[in-house]
This record gives sequence, structure tokens and C-alpha cells, in this order.
Amino acid sequence: MKRHGVLRELIQNRQLLVMFLPVATLLFLFCYLPLSGLIIPFKDFDFSKGIFGSDWMDPLFNNFDYLLSSDVAYRAIRNTVLLNALFIAVGLLFEVGFALVLNELRNKYFKRITQSLTFLPFFISWIVVGVFTYNLLNYDNGAINRFLEWLGFEAVDFYSNAGLWPAILVIALRWKMTGYGTIIYLAALTSIDHSYYEAASIDGASRWQQIRYISLPMLRPTIIILTLLAIGRIMNADFGMFYAMVGDASPLFPTTDVIDTLVYRSLRKSGDIGMASAAGFLQSVIAFVLVLASNHAARKIDRDSAIF
Amino acid sequence: MPLAKKFSWSQTALMIIVGLFSLACLFPFLMVISGSLSTEKDIVNYGYSLLPRNVTFDSYRILLLGSNRIVDAYVISIIVTTVGTALSIVVNGMGGYVMARRSFRYRNVLSVYVIITMLFSGGLVPWYIICVRYLDLKDSIWAMILPPLANAFNMFLIRNFMQSIPEDLYESAKIDGASEYRIFFRLIAPLSVPVLATVGLFVALGYWNDWFLGLMFIDKQELQPLQLLLRALISNVEFLKSSSNAAAMQRIAPAIPSESIKMALTVITIGPIVFLYPFVQRYFVKGLMVGAVKG
Repeated sequence: MKRHGVLRELIQNRQLLVMFLPVATLLFLFCYLPLSGLIIPFKDFDFSKGIFGSDWMDPLFNNFDYLLSSDVAYRAIRNTVLLNALFIAVGLLFEVGFALVLNELRNKYFKRITQSLTFLPFFISWIVVGVFTYNLLNYDNGAINRFLEWLGFEAVDFYSNAGLWPAILVIALRWKMTGYGTIIYLAALTSIDHSYYEAASIDGASRWQQIRYISLPMLRPTIIILTLLAIGRIMNADFGMFYAMVGDASPLFPTTDVIDTLVYRSLRKSGDIGMASAAGFLQSVIAFVLVLASNHAARKIDRDSAIF
Repeated sequence: MPLAKKFSWSQTALMIIVGLFSLACLFPFLMVISGSLSTEKDIVNYGYSLLPRNVTFDSYRILLLGSNRIVDAYVISIIVTTVGTALSIVVNGMGGYVMARRSFRYRNVLSVYVIITMLFSGGLVPWYIICVRYLDLKDSIWAMILPPLANAFNMFLIRNFMQSIPEDLYESAKIDGASEYRIFFRLIAPLSVPVLATVGLFVALGYWNDWFLGLMFIDKQELQPLQLLLRALISNVEFLKSSSNAAAMQRIAPAIPSESIKMALTVITIGPIVFLYPFVQRYFVKGLMVGAVKG
């Protein structure tokens, strides 16, 4: 009887099913099918034999043993987590800080123009940001080196000095994303009821105290949730940023090689699918656990802010 | 008390901080534009500067007249962006619509099917192998359009908007005998223009700026999008010479002004975005706020 009901419901809504068909197909091809590829690191993958046709690895965990015994993999994991942690911390500071500062500005036009200017970098690709960076940093005619020379200092060869790159990446990321990240915090700030501030100022609270005891506490849920969701993605580096900014400059790899760039290089450059798939497998599994955990935490704080 | 007129040190200090950061955001753009208009000699002698010492349009002339590679890449980028955005709005719009239909008892099953794609990821390697070996997307223009087309996040944005449309509207259309297709295209989609436009703008920006898909799947030079060409040019200007119009290029400038040509291609690449930015900026801000309310 129940089975009959299911079938009838589906036939009745066949038009809806037809409308869902493109989405269902695309997600199946590009999201569900690749899940079957999670067995690739356990296989001695041969392109001509395919995912299921390839022989099993013997011993089964060979690719993982190989991966975990290499310094390169360890370095990539360390760089991914440390750099992402740095990006999250500095990003939080800049975005909340900038939102608070913009919120204090009284001149409407100045506020609007500066907000437009700071949002602009979000719209260009990392490739273009890479060009901008190159303009500023290259040894021969980069603006910063010209300026240093003008001041009487020696030019710095940024593209072979790995130690400087965490800072350079943070600056580039802040340049590109601060305006964008600020918008959500600014929206939260403008939605705060004005009577809080009025009551506070009648009680003699300074602007600073109003920020400290009204604005910041009101931002807290937003801050916590955005940070948790970012932590959920701490194993996933922004490939676009790293590849466009660093590319194949191997002298910079000690501080800038991340899991995503390592996987890409192993897959497309050296053709080492075993290593690439093993690294990708670990990343997928850890990312899955982290996303679930961070989302669970976010849901506890605020039901509506969780992704699912 | 005329508060706004009063000079305030703290306001001035804040304005200086914000002003400096805004200028820093603008500075690289100006430098690239200036570089693209400078002569090679000036760049080599004086480095990049905010204003060109001697204005020349040679780089643009070489790029647009001397090399058909640039024009080809531009056409590819435009096709990918327009086709991708149009398909994305229709496909995700329909997906969101189905998940929003309260009368459909199994809509939640479909929602779960979509949500799962946000949680699990096979990672780069399986995705690449599926696309290349099984879907035969290598060196196909569809490789730059199809993989990111169905997007769970966008679909839920659309679904949430459509759920806020009164259920009576769906019901009365249904009673009038309209098919689901008709209800979507004639009634719900027009009412959902705000959210569809926002999603469309983000998607269009994504397609225009994308180079990852090209990097993964496109080896054929004539299929490369603009962003990828820019990357290739940065690492090696000489490849321009291998294009079929080398003779025309020779006529415009005997030696390729390599630095300023990189800047000129950068300007050409970001041109449409910077040009459209003042008009579309507020829709992006609005979209972000909608997304922030319920991600």
C-alpha cells in the first residue's frame, strides 16, 4: 500500500522530477562519481584500465606509506594548517576592525566611496593579483625595490626568499578580501538597535566603551560562526591563490607548498597519481570530519547559521 | 548641539586610516594602467610608476591587432561566461524551485541529495580522472562550463527565496491548470528576479575569473581563456611571436615591449569587471547580506 503511495506521488509530480533532472545529473557526474575515486590511492592506478579496472595496490597502503615517509608531504600539511590559521586570525582582526572603523565614520560619502574602493579587489582573479604582486616585488623594476633603492637600501629578491612569503600572502589576501569580509560584519553592526547606544551615552559611556560593551558582544555570534566554518576548511588551501602567487617558484616551496599545490603538481606535472590520490584522500577525510564538527558547533551556537 | 560640524580628532584619524587603506586597494590598478601606457624604455629605466612618462598605445595595438590569440581568448572567455551563467540560472533555478515546492512530499529527499555534495568531496584526483577519462572533457569548452554548474549553495539561496513566496500563488496557478514548467518560467522565476540576478552575477564573476578549469583541462592553445593566457604571458612573452600575425606585430613594434604588454593584457582582462563594477556593486552587497542571513 505504502509503495503504491510513493509511486503515485512520483508520477503525480513527474514534471518536478523532470525539472530536477539537470541538477541531479550534474551533481551525480561531478560530485557523486568522483566519490568512487576515493579507492584510487588503494589501487595501482593505470589510466587505460580505469578506476575499477586497475589492480589493487600490494601492499594495500603502499601509497600512504610512501606519502607519509616523504618530507614534502609533511611540509605541505604543516604549511596548509599554519598558513590557514594565520589567514583566519589576521582576517578576523582586519575584517572586524575595519567594520568597526567604518561604522564609526560620520561622513556618508567618504564611507560609501571607501567601501567601494576596498570591495573592488574582490572582483579580480588571483592571476591578476599575481601580476600586481609581481609589479611590486620583482627584482629588476618592481616598485618596492625601486623605492628601497631610492632610499639607499639594497634591492630584495623576494622571489627567492621563502621566509618573507607567509607575510606577503597575508598582505595579498587582506588586500583582496578585507572589503568583502567586512560587509557581513557591517551588516550585523547596522542592524543593532540604536537605542542601546543612546542609553549607553546617556549613562556616560564613551564611544570606546560603547564599542567594547555593545558592538563587540553583538558581533560575537557572527564572529564565532564565521570562524568555526573557516576552521572547518583549515585543511583546504586556496589553490588559486597559491598557484597564481607562487606558481612553480620552487625556492619558495618551503613556506608556501600546501596540500592542494602538492596534489596538483603530483597529478599534472610529475604524473604521480599514487602520491596525489593518497594526499587527496587524507585531505578529504580530515576535511569531512572537520566540516561536520565545526558545523555541529556552529549549530549549537546559532541554529540558523549552520550550513545544514 | 551641531555635532556633525564639530572637528574631531578621532574622526580625522579614522578617516586617514580608512583613506590610506582604500588608496592601497586602488594603487595596483593605477600602476597597471600606467604601466600599460608606458614605453618599455621608461619601465626599464625608472620602474613602474603611477603616471606614464611618455604615453604610448603600442602594447594595446600589438595585443589587439598583431595577435589573434588575444581576440580568440577573449571570445572563449565571453562564451564561457555567458553560456555558463545562463545555464546556471536555469538549472539551479529549477533545482531550487523543485526543493521549494511544499506540495511535493519528497522535496526533502532531493535536498539531502544536494546537501551531501557540500559535505563529501572526492578531492582533486578522482574528480580529474572522472572528467578526463569517463566524461571526455579534455580540451572541450564544456570542461570550463559544466563542472561547477550545479551548485548546492546557490540552489539553497534560490530555494529559500522561493519558499518565502506565498504558497497560495502556487496553488492558484495549479488550480488554473498551469503545468509546473509554466508556473516556474511564467510566475515564480519573474518573481524571483532579485535572487536569480544576485546568483547570476556571482556566477558570471566566477566564470570570468576562472582559470583553474582551463589549467586542468585545456591544453589546446586556441581554447584557452583570457585569464590563462595572461598567466602564460607573464611567464613568457615570447610565445606571442609564434602566433600567425607575427608580421603585423613586427610592423607595429620591432621588439616586443614585454613589460608593458603584460600590463596591457592585465588591463584588458580586468577591463569589463572594472567597467561594470559601479553598476553591479550594490547587488553583490545585497547578495552577501542575503547569504549572511541564511547561508
